[in-house]
This record gives sequence, C-alpha cells and structure tokens, in this order.
Amino acid sequence: MADLRTDFLGIRSPNPFWLASAPPTDKKINVLRAFEAGWGGVVWKTLGSQVKNVSSRYSAVDYHGSRMMGLNNIELISDRPLEINLKEIKECLRLFPDRAMIVSLMADNDRDSWHELIRKVEDTGAHGLELNFGCPHGMTERGMGAAVGQDPEIARTVVEWVMEVATIPVITKLTPNVHSVVPTGRASVEAGSNALSLINTIQSVTGVDLDTLIPNPNVAGKSTFGGYCGPAVKPIALKMLTTIAQDPVTARVPVSGIGGISTWKDAAEFMLLGATSVQVCTAVMNHGFRIVADLCEGLGNWMDEKGFARTTDFIGRSVPTLTHWEDLDMNYHIVARIDTDKCIHCGLCYIACEDASHQSIRLDPGHPYNTYTIKEEECVGCNLCKLVCPVDGCITMVEQRHGAEYLDWKEYQRRGLPLNDH
Amino acid sequence: MAIQDHRLTPQEYSRNFNDIHPPFESKDAALVDANRCLYCYDAPCTKSCPTGIDIPKFIKQITTDNLKGSAHTIFQSNIMGGGCSRVCPVEKLCEGACVYNLLEEAPIPIARLQRYATEPAIQQHWPLFHRQQPTGKKVAVVGAGPSGLSCAHVLARTGVEVTIFEKEEKGGGLMTYGIAAYKVTPEFCEEELQYILSIGGIEICYGQELGQNISLARLQQEYDAVYLAFGVGLARRLDIPGEEFPGVIDAIRFIYDIRSKSFPEVPVGDKVAVIGMGMTAIDAATQARRLGAREVTIVYRRTHEEMPCTQAELDLAMLDGCRVLWLAAPKAVLGNAGGVSALVCSVMRLGDPDASGRRSPIDTGETITLDVDMVISAAGQTPYTDMVRNSGLGNDKGKITVGEGGSTGLAYVFAGGDCVNGGKEVVDAVQAGKDAASAILQLINS
Repeated sequence: MADLRTDFLGIRSPNPFWLASAPPTDKKINVLRAFEAGWGGVVWKTLGSQVKNVSSRYSAVDYHGSRMMGLNNIELISDRPLEINLKEIKECLRLFPDRAMIVSLMADNDRDSWHELIRKVEDTGAHGLELNFGCPHGMTERGMGAAVGQDPEIARTVVEWVMEVATIPVITKLTPNVHSVVPTGRASVEAGSNALSLINTIQSVTGVDLDTLIPNPNVAGKSTFGGYCGPAVKPIALKMLTTIAQDPVTARVPVSGIGGISTWKDAAEFMLLGATSVQVCTAVMNHGFRIVADLCEGLGNWMDEKGFARTTDFIGRSVPTLTHWEDLDMNYHIVARIDTDKCIHCGLCYIACEDASHQSIRLDPGHPYNTYTIKEEECVGCNLCKLVCPVDGCITMVEQRHGAEYLDWKEYQRRGLPLNDH
Repeated sequence: MAIQDHRLTPQEYSRNFNDIHPPFESKDAALVDANRCLYCYDAPCTKSCPTGIDIPKFIKQITTDNLKGSAHTIFQSNIMGGGCSRVCPVEKLCEGACVYNLLEEAPIPIARLQRYATEPAIQQHWPLFHRQQPTGKKVAVVGAGPSGLSCAHVLARTGVEVTIFEKEEKGGGLMTYGIAAYKVTPEFCEEELQYILSIGGIEICYGQELGQNISLARLQQEYDAVYLAFGVGLARRLDIPGEEFPGVIDAIRFIYDIRSKSFPEVPVGDKVAVIGMGMTAIDAATQARRLGAREVTIVYRRTHEEMPCTQAELDLAMLDGCRVLWLAAPKAVLGNAGGVSALVCSVMRLGDPDASGRRSPIDTGETITLDVDMVISAAGQTPYTDMVRNSGLGNDKGKITVGEGGSTGLAYVFAGGDCVNGGKEVVDAVQAGKDAASAILQLINS
C-alpha cells in the first residue's frame, strides 16, 4: 500500500487530507471527531478580531437533482472567545499528537495585534499558522481578510509583521477575488511566508428566492455577498493553483490546495498540479467526516496502480504540461467515433454538434431509434459529443494527425499555412 | 358453486380495487425520476407515443418547477393525457422505447410522471387553454369517448361550437365504461371529462344514439361537419353450443357492470374461465379475482408468443393468481338453464402463419374440460355493422373506411377511433380525434 504520510515544512500528518479553516474546525468536539475519523490535520477556524455571526449563514446551488454543487457562506471568523479556542487547541494537540494542527489567523490590522495573537497561538504548541488574507465578506469591510489579500503591498506588510515573531511555519492563504493570485503570492513569499494555500472562497450571490424576491441567504429581508466554494469552484482553484506552481517566486514554497475537493480524484488532481497537502470543507459540511476513509483508500489504490510509492512521487507532475495556447501542436488532430454497439440513440451528441459545434454527426432516421454516425471530414475534434454522451466509452476521440511533426501556432503563421475556409 | 355477489368485505373490495399505479407521494420523489431523464433529442419515447407528446420537454418542465408548462405540453398533444397516464400500455409505447432499456436499466416512469403533471391540472382546473372567439361554425360529434372528446376540444379551442351526441348517461366512453376499475376510477373519469369541457363551447347530449334517436342525415343537414367516434360495442360471439346459458357473459358487459355499479353488486362465479388474451381479457380476469372468484383460468388458443396483451398485463393477471391455459379454444359450454357447469376446450397446436403473420392455431382433435360456473368471453368486439351500413358509410366488415384526416365517402362526415380501427388504445383514439379536427377545420374554414 502506498505511503500517504505527508511532510509539509516539517508539519507531519499521516495523510495529506486536512480540514480547511471553517465551521468543521471551530471547536474541540468537531476536531476530535475528525481526528477519530482519520483526518490528517486541521486548520483551526480563524482566530482574531472579536466578531458575532448572523443567523441564516449559508446558501447553495443545486444542479440537476444534486444538492450543493456550490456552497455560499456569509459567516465570519470564529465568534468564540479566543481563550476557549486556545485551550481546546491545546487539548486536541495532546489527544492527537500525530495530526497536523495549523491555526488560521486574522488579527486587527496593526503590528501589535498580529504579534500578540501569534504569541498566544504558538503557546498552544500548534504546528503552523495560516494567515487568512482571503475571507471575502464582512471582515473586508473592516480592512481585513480579502482586503489584505487583494493588495499585494498590504499583504507584504502584514506577512513581514508576522515573520518578525513567528517561530513555526507560516502559510499565507490567498483570495481568488483578484485577476491573478500571483502578485499577492509573490509579495507574501518575498516577505518571508514559508508556504501558500489557495483558494479561499469566491464572492458570490447564489440566487434569488423567486417567491420573496430576496437573494439568499436571507437575513431578515436582506442578503449580502458571500463566499462560494464546493465542487463548482474546483476548476477555478486548479487554474489558480497552477499559476502559483509555475511562477518562479511562488514555486519556491510548498502549497496546500483548497477548492471543491470532494473525492480522492480531486485531491490527486490538486497534488498533480502542485499541492503538497489538500484542504477539504464543503464535502464534509455535506456528508460529514466519514468521507476521509475513501479519500485515503482511493488515493492509495490509485498510487499503487500508478506505481507511486509516496505522494512526493507525483506532486507537481502535471504542472509542466499546462502550457501557453500558442505552444500547442497544430498538427494534432482527433475525430470522434461512435461505438454503435454502445450507442443508446439518445441523440444528445447529434443535437449538441448540430446546434453548437460543427454539424459533424449524421442522423439516419429510424423508428423509434435513429442511427448517429460521425462525418469525419467535418469533425474538428472538439470533444463536445463525447462530453454530452451519457454512455461511458461510447464516443472516443481517435487521433488522425495532420502531419507527423510538432507545429505550433507561431510556426504555422510563419509558414503562411491556410486558415479555415468555411 | 354459484355465481354470487357480495363475496367480500368492504375493506377487501377497497383493497382489491386500489389504484395499481399509485402516484408519486411527493415532489421530491417525482424529481428523482424526472432528473434521470436524459432529455433525448428526437426522442424515441415521443416517437412511440401515438399522440406524439413531447415527453422530454414535459419531464424537463417538472424539473424546472414549471408544472403548468408541463401539463400544457402534455394536454396540447393529448387532452386525455391524464387518463392515458393511467391506462396506456406504456411498456409497448413510450416506456418501452426509453433509451435506458438499451442500457438494461429501468426506463423513466413516464406514465407516472405524466400523472404527476396532469393530476393537479385536472383537480385544480388549471385554465391551460383558452377558447378563441366563436366563429359561428357548428360541428356534431357522435360519441363522447376519447376520440370524440379529443376532436371536440381541438375544435372548441378555435371557436367552433361542438355538440356531442352520446348514447350512455356519462361521457368518457371506454375510459369510463371499459377499463379496469383499478386503473381509473369513475370519479377520475368524471373529473377528466369536466376538465375537457371547461374550455367551453362543447355541449354533450346524453342518451342520444345514432340510428335510434338521431340520424346521420339530420346531423349532416344541421351542422357544418360531423365526426363519428362511436367506437365498437358488440361483443364478438363465441359461436359455440351453450353460449346462451346464464353464467356466460361478455367481458365488455362484465366490466361495464363493475364500472357502473358498486363492487359488491357485481356477481362473479367461484370458478371462472375467461376466453381471450387481449387487454380486455386481462382486465376481466384480474377483476373477477378481485371480486372474489376462487379460480380464474384464462383460455387462449395460441401461445405466449402470439398473445395480444403486453407482458406487463399478463404479469398482473398472474400475480393476481389467474391461471393460463395456452393452446385451448372454447368448443362448448356445458350446463343448463340454471347455469354453467363446465367449459370444453379443443386442444390446439400452431400451424402456418396467418394473415396477421402469427402462426394460426389448428385443432388437434383432443379436448380438455374445465369445471367452471362462469364463462367470460373476451374474444374481441365487433363494430356496429348494421348501423354503419344503414347510414350509407363505406366500410370494411363494419369498420368505417376513411381517407386522409378521417374523411368518409360522405360529404362533411369524418370518422375515427375504434369505429374505424376496430378497437385500439385510448391514445390511438385521441390522435384520430386530433387528425379529424384538423381536417374538419381546414374544410369548414376554407
């Protein structure tokens, strides 16, 4: 069985699965249950400035019969007294010394507040600190959270304050509510942050109640922009993670990946794109801590199949394959092929191609079942038919190169090769 | 052994005649199945529906909380979409064509979803259709069954004034009088009828029978067009000795009694033979059991391969404990003026295919005798041949011959449904009514 043990800047955990700073990590009772279930570590819900939360805090986006494709929250940082949190962190550390304990922090925006908070948290024996520069709601109005993360120079300053006193590894958590996460990532690393984590939640309005006409979540007839997370944000998180893994400055530090991770497959993808550990929240808010069992087993089985003995064998493996568009090979050409034995004649490929792509599927009428075949000479190899087909393996994309050599766009243009004529 | 009524307790009757296809208990339950629908393009289910209901669309509309739109989609193609959701043999129509069958997975429960969308519309009288300004045109419809009502509704929508002449005391035709009570209730049939009539412009004159109190010639004179949809009615005779004994009853009559009386009032034998293997035979056999018959044997002259009912229907009869005697043709009923004592059947074997393409049964000369005290004949229905001939309508053994849109040889007279096809599904009759309405509109508005 593959070795899932993870070493993140010396912070050890039996597996790479940590719980993100969020409601599941806001008190001892949850954290102990998480550790009992097998989670490798937790990032304790953000401590700092004293706040109070409102009632009605979450809203979600359902899709095609599935609940919580995306989750939105307007909850602030921990609203429990600091002393209680610190006492409970200490107890959790004592009961589960082999698990990673990172504490998320968001102090008032001055040097002394940060220093005081860090000293108190380090006294608990926690293994690391995560700086919350990402919370997109509420705290920003007080100049904290995303307000810090959205301005690289403010982030740099705060990280510098932190590094003046921190003696344990510091992870800076980045907000996705920027055009690029790289500037703040760079500023943080240059200011001494030992690691980065991303993404925090994305500002959102999940919907409007069509009876009351009030957006959700409804707090006494009003709502506010919240932070969006869950499976819906995964592709955005993977893209941002990759930009951090590819930047020469930010690539110097390890990254903890966050954003819609629900299954071991999601986790493997984050790790292939550069994450050393991954953090999970929405999936647990939906299904509870028990999901960690399959996260570990699934990842382990996959690693065994692929011949990866430890996670470091594949972390970052896919990063170099994400390239600039103009470096893609223009001679590579694929066409769709429909396996007529597997086809169930639903027509979804046909109508997608006909209305939204290149009219490359032939329909031979039948009663009640039509026959669908690919017009290979028309097919541009876009994948759309394969994506909409409900039968796994029914539509495959077959390679039919236009030429043997690698030919990128720059070279294509230089040679004056023809553009489409239709 | 005897034929008797009041065999069961009220609770037993009530349990036995419960809805066999119960509706979804909740929106959530309906959504589980509605969300499974793949929303096929040029969908096989729609192509397999005689009325061409856009099934993927109405199911999609359930998932988008557009139940009114969903009901409208159904009724637009089939105004009896509520009744059809209960009585259609969907396993050989829409659900039989569902692409999930090709994955060896359960098809989408289309009928149940259709019921889910149409039931509130009918019960709460959603005004999904609006009648256009009256045009002054008048059309007579003979028969308030599915075909006549379907034709009338399409005509009424466009402002035509429709008068329906119905020989029974209630509308709905076979839906009301000829289908098993555990599929549709009399109350439902009445609600559905009222919903159809709620569009306005349709008047039903009950107790009016063509050839008795009204004549085709008079209708031709008084109306701009006539649509004949009087169905079939006469049970085909067995033409065997003993058929006249009390205790031999035709299935149409038997089901009519069940539908028009209370269950305890309908007498049934201890041991019952049902002759035939069509949907009506199944409806008679299962209901005989449900009325308290101890033994019910369905007698069919061919084999499982050739049976006209669907497997789902046969399963229903088998689950009700009915026996099937394959390759047996009724030869004689034994008994006397006091009742039936036995049914003698010829044992058959299959020979060469006949005109229908099915292998025809041949008498082996052997016989088998069933001890029964009641014989229900479901050997098919025959058209109102005399009435058709007397009205001067072109016909094929009593089935009215029609051209495009149901036009008959007589000017401004159209026909459709069972009186033309000899007896098919409700959904076929509905489509014939729609086709005729289009043809009539084209004619009277030109």
